[in-house]
Amino acid sequence: MADTMSSPPTSSPPSAGAPETRRDFLGLVTTACVAIGVGAVVWPFIASMNPSRDVLALASTDIDLAPIAVGQAVTVMWRGKPVFVRHRSATEIAAARATLLSDLKDPIADQARTQKSDWLVVVGVCTHLGCVPLGQKSTDARGEFGGWFCPCHGSHYDTSGRIRKGPAPTNLVVPTYAFTSDTKIRVG
Amino acid sequence: MSIGLHDSQIKNPVLRWVDQRLPIFTMLEKEYGSFPTPKNFNYFWNFGALAMVTLVIMIGTGVFLSMNYTATTTMAFDSVERIMRDVNYGWLLRYVHMNGASMFFIVVYIHIFRSMYYGSYKAPRELLWILGVVIFLLLMATAFMGYVLPWGQMSFWGATVITNLFSAFPLVGESIVTWLWGGFSVDNPTLSRFFSLHYLMPFVTVGVVFLHIAALHITGSNNPLGVEPKGPQDTIPFHPYYTIKDSFGLVLYFIVFGLLVFFAPNFLGHPDNYIPANPMVTPAHIVPEWYFLPFYAVLRAVPDKLGGVLLMFGSIAVLFVLPWLDGSPVRSMRFRPLARPFFAVWCVSFLVLGYVGGKPAEEPFVTISRVATAYYFMYFLVILPLLARLERPLPLPESISRPVLFGGGPLPAGAMAKPMEKA
Repeated sequence: MADTMSSPPTSSPPSAGAPETRRDFLGLVTTACVAIGVGAVVWPFIASMNPSRDVLALASTDIDLAPIAVGQAVTVMWRGKPVFVRHRSATEIAAARATLLSDLKDPIADQARTQKSDWLVVVGVCTHLGCVPLGQKSTDARGEFGGWFCPCHGSHYDTSGRIRKGPAPTNLVVPTYAFTSDTKIRVG
Repeated sequence: MSIGLHDSQIKNPVLRWVDQRLPIFTMLEKEYGSFPTPKNFNYFWNFGALAMVTLVIMIGTGVFLSMNYTATTTMAFDSVERIMRDVNYGWLLRYVHMNGASMFFIVVYIHIFRSMYYGSYKAPRELLWILGVVIFLLLMATAFMGYVLPWGQMSFWGATVITNLFSAFPLVGESIVTWLWGGFSVDNPTLSRFFSLHYLMPFVTVGVVFLHIAALHITGSNNPLGVEPKGPQDTIPFHPYYTIKDSFGLVLYFIVFGLLVFFAPNFLGHPDNYIPANPMVTPAHIVPEWYFLPFYAVLRAVPDKLGGVLLMFGSIAVLFVLPWLDGSPVRSMRFRPLARPFFAVWCVSFLVLGYVGGKPAEEPFVTISRVATAYYFMYFLVILPLLARLERPLPLPESISRPVLFGGGPLPAGAMAKPMEKA
């Protein structure tokens, strides 16, 4: 900084009013390059904490529906989380379809949540804070709407897995799944 | 500071040789030997030292526990059981570490209470207080991750619920949670990163504790009267007066700590954490460790997910701005006849939150938690700012010496001139 030392001290900072110099330009370019460089270095560290390839590779699960009788439900592990598959009875389907959309906190028709009306497939994780709701066994508490009940903070889900009462903000998530045959589905 | 060997006053030739080149002994003598400290400390002023000792105990036991712990989901639970049964004195190390966390929070809560009652957060000690809140946050993060490591049911579901808090944020919430987990649920990547961070954060804490103490030694300690020392007659050297007082407190502390470790080691824990983690079954009542219950109650007091999460974070964030919310220049509540009962009610509301936080989310606990949460925030955001304007404090003592010594003790010339009025 030899030039600043030789020049007489001024009361105002050099940038105020003074024309922009090559030094200002070089300062800005250097700052920008440092910012980009820091970002480029930080990125791999942050990204290393995201799901790795082997975790992503386990992202689909096959389920055989043949042994599940009407009224029964099974729980299958998918991506480390339980997936509920319920073989719904006619009354459960009717209850889900008779519900008015205006009664729902997260309104969506039952038809849009199922591919075949008999089979409801939802991720068994409460959308509040991630507990596993009760209701897979017929002896479980199923809440006021006959679907599932989360014991942690008291969320009630209906027979379409839609939130009806309690703190959970959204319906139980319907995962991407496809019928690979009449009695088999692949989740994920 | 001039360049060259330090002009050391140390007599011992070996220590002197070191001290001339790196004056750590001079520094120790200045900061912990002759350091002028208000002479009227009560036992509440022991808790900073107790917290420091506990941090050392936690790091010590933790380093040795990690030699026998395995941070993979298939091995974690069994490796902790092996520590309990097969490793020589493993039970002792683990029980000290486990109960040490509880003792740490007891000590820190009392330390925070002390600061709030005696106004230690007020100017010029605002930054000291803020660093303390940072330490508190680091402690909570470290304790939470440590509780996950044994991979029991409460470990797993506690981790699930707490990490899911971040999913409340719109748009980026889900991505943040996936990133925290390193997968689509709490699983092996989560466990191993929590172990890594659980090991790292205590050392970060040591760094912030160093800053906390450095800031303390700039402003000097507050005292029960909240009146700054007016001269040497108001202070005594840290050594031997407070080294001995801290040592005595430490002995009492170790007695309590020992009773917990040797006679009731699982009293503060939850039996469900001796059940291995099962991602398919949620325990009927998920409760965090006792020291998180007040904040957990705030979370559950709000019927809205994002609202609850924001309020819970807010309940700690509000502490950062406490020095500016409480505008009263009088530090010690001894001289604040209105603030004192309001603060007492705040303490009760905090304890009530802790109680309802451990109860199921049903009536009457929901309503109680809402009332207590409302008062918790009211105290900081409404009552303290108003009291700063409305309250008429009691007359402050002229100096620390006045109320301590009969007749007031010698005062420097000029200090007697005018009795201090409401500052």
